[in-house]
Amino acid sequence: MANPTPSGSMPLREERDIVLSRQVVRKLTQELNFSLVDQTKMVTAASELSRNTVVYGRGGEMRWEVLENGPKKGLRLSFEDSGPGIADVNLALTDGWTSGSGMGMGLSGSKRLVNEFDIRTAEGAGTCVTIARWR
Amino acid sequence: MERIPILRMGKCLLVTIQVDMEDRTALGLQDDLSSKIAATGATGVLIDISALEIVDSFIGRMLASISAIARVLGATTVVVGMQPAVAITLVELGLALEGVRTALNVERGIAMLASATEDDRGQPHA
Repeated sequence: MANPTPSGSMPLREERDIVLSRQVVRKLTQELNFSLVDQTKMVTAASELSRNTVVYGRGGEMRWEVLENGPKKGLRLSFEDSGPGIADVNLALTDGWTSGSGMGMGLSGSKRLVNEFDIRTAEGAGTCVTIARWR
Repeated sequence: MERIPILRMGKCLLVTIQVDMEDRTALGLQDDLSSKIAATGATGVLIDISALEIVDSFIGRMLASISAIARVLGATTVVVGMQPAVAITLVELGLALEGVRTALNVERGIAMLASATEDDRGQPHA
């Protein structure tokens, strides 16, 4: 398959952008020859985190970067907003914790679907979640 | 807003989700199905998700809500056709769809609905 664009970004402003982010990540993981299960995990994590950015972060953007480590290839995604931030990250990473109408599986669940997970946030200072998955 | 069509077949409602749904489309389906169950007196709802490439926590919650609402309205829901990669991801995400009846394919789903309706009528199994 064609080599994916090594990096890029897209806005996450409204509900429709959640669908678009899933399509972008699907295409990137296909171009990187991820297995179907790995594609599905990465797309699902992107869907959860995009929704967090749109709904709780009041909009932001998704950035992607193709990773290469010798023969290994991977994909890193960052979801950044300048919304209200999260006061207690450890609590937010607990299964079942929810600040809104969700099931509370978004953050904790996404973390289980990827190889690397990082969250930077503070109350009033926005949130940036970065994930990576290797083929 | 895009709407998912709901077909009626006898006492059952059939839904095939074939598009990558926006969240509001999923919520719309939940409302439409609830109204349709009440309007038709359907006793079974079959939801085919074989075309869905992912089920995230939002769609998972929608499926659980539809099952619960349908049950309160006197109908049994069966979700059929989940792709293996979707099932693996869903369980790892932490959602086991408790309270949602599932079947491998449409044929088994219909058989499940038939036997659930029999149970409700208190008739013995063959």
